[in-house]
Amino acid sequence: MNKVLMQGNRVIGEAAIRAGCRFYAGYPITPQNELTEYMAEHLRKAEGGTFIQAESEIAAINMVLGASAAGARAMTSSSSPGISLKQEGISSLAADELPAVIVNIMRGGPGLGNILPSQGDYFQATRGGGHGDYRTIVLAPASVQELADLTMDAFALADQYRNPVMILADGMMGQMMEPLTFKKPKPRQYHECYTLKGAGEGRSKFIRALILDAIRMEEHNWKLFRKYQVITKKEIRHETFKTEDADLLIVAYGTAARIAKGAIKRARERGIKVGLIRPITLWPFPSEVIRKFSETIETFIVFEMNTGQMLEDVRLALNGAGCVHFYGRPGGVIPTPVELTKVIEQHAKKS
Amino acid sequence: MQKSHEDVHQDTSPVMKKVFSKPKFLKENAFHYCAGCGHSIAHRLIAEVIEELDIRGRTIGVPPAGCAVIAYNYFDIDMLESPHGRGCAVATGIKRTLPDRIVFSYQGDGDLAAIGTAETFHAANRGENITVLFINNAVYGMTGGQMAPTTLLGQVSTTSPPGRDAVLDGYPIRMSEILAHLEGTKYIERCAVNTPANIMKARRAIKKAFQYQMADAGFTLIEILSHCPTNWKMSPIDACRWVDEVMVKTFPLGVIKDTKAEG
Repeated sequence: MNKVLMQGNRVIGEAAIRAGCRFYAGYPITPQNELTEYMAEHLRKAEGGTFIQAESEIAAINMVLGASAAGARAMTSSSSPGISLKQEGISSLAADELPAVIVNIMRGGPGLGNILPSQGDYFQATRGGGHGDYRTIVLAPASVQELADLTMDAFALADQYRNPVMILADGMMGQMMEPLTFKKPKPRQYHECYTLKGAGEGRSKFIRALILDAIRMEEHNWKLFRKYQVITKKEIRHETFKTEDADLLIVAYGTAARIAKGAIKRARERGIKVGLIRPITLWPFPSEVIRKFSETIETFIVFEMNTGQMLEDVRLALNGAGCVHFYGRPGGVIPTPVELTKVIEQHAKKS
Repeated sequence: MQKSHEDVHQDTSPVMKKVFSKPKFLKENAFHYCAGCGHSIAHRLIAEVIEELDIRGRTIGVPPAGCAVIAYNYFDIDMLESPHGRGCAVATGIKRTLPDRIVFSYQGDGDLAAIGTAETFHAANRGENITVLFINNAVYGMTGGQMAPTTLLGQVSTTSPPGRDAVLDGYPIRMSEILAHLEGTKYIERCAVNTPANIMKARRAIKKAFQYQMADAGFTLIEILSHCPTNWKMSPIDACRWVDEVMVKTFPLGVIKDTKAEG
């Protein structure tokens, strides 16, 4: 397989098309525009491919809802403020048990914020985001190669669990270029019985989220809950980096994890045994992995490009064990390995 | 044509000739609509047209949030419930994925002309080859009679208790006329279901809209003035009269745009 040099946003588009995505609707917003533009140029050339520049993020996600129900592999993308607008549709997709892939190339917030890389949407992404008792699978790539791989995986996971899947990256992931290879996607496995294509000669079907009867609504909630339990059991992904001999651990994902790797190399040159746990799925969260490390490691530093969101999941995972520190740079600031190395040194001295 | 046993039986007894029956593609479920509501008539007309055009197997409907939210309990066709106001976006997603299917959305005035204005307007502007059944009863029905974008000036609602005031509440929106200005719209007609004659006209309009879609003409919309005795606080008969005597002054009936007729 040939290596190609491509920008992250465009890689998501190419990986999606290769994975069989045939419907994309989106609305311009920085820093993810290259993805929308890539789909405009290339998805319409793909057989059966539909690209629509929607009038809003809300329209885009609802077009995806319709296309997904009609049997298409469907995707939309946006950046933080636009993802807020999509939440109604994401909640509906979860309620309807329809697959879809939603890409969030995060930028600084709250409000319009700015257009620089941030990880401020962790809570929104991992807690469902919209109203009601639901979850989305959240994948957090940390390289352009992983953007390609996880985009393909996202479609498979969405189909397998009939649930929306979010790719949660940030402006740096979307904008940067790296060499990568596109792996061969697995053929789609999705049963026709979940689609609406017209009843033909058979029984008519419907898909709906409104369930007025409380007991039935409760049953639906528990059904979704059981599905989320299965996902939690089977789909947790994480990477460990230099943890074998570590006596101090950083927990970071996405862009922050890349920066952390640079800092860990520098710190190790100075004799500090520090490693990294990088959650790849933010929901389901690798709680058990982190808890296990607390049996041998006392000091954890959660490092995020926000004011401390994944921090809460790490604390929940540790449940009082270990000593948890936090270092964060919100608002679109890209921290450097040098500054994180200093943080590591401070905590290494203390421990 | 081969006559069924039933037909033969009826032919021998002219007094018992069957001139009306429940459409084939309405389910057996009893309508939940209030007594005297226009929705059930509109449902019947759509089901009759689907039967007449023989498109049941390839039609997909999109019911709204609102009184008609459980329309899938009545129509024996594939249906996908839409979030409030997004019917035209959802229908767009379906139609673009399955261009040879007949796709319609069924939307109320709050759904189509308030929260879903943008989705409606832009689907119309893109000329999406879908049909919109727009039920205008000048009130939010399911939530209990609040002011709708189509509530008439002076009309009392639970959120315009002294009557709609143009200065405070704005004016009733004529969505059909507005959408007719867009090049993507091909056929728009405003009908009513308050009298037998109007019901027959509405049926013809719905059929024509579906036929336009079958011919890939583009966006079609049938607005149906639908009486709501419950929230208008009238008897069903008075509500039917009110459509003729009051409502049509703001929302005149008739063809608003027909590109084929116009050549």
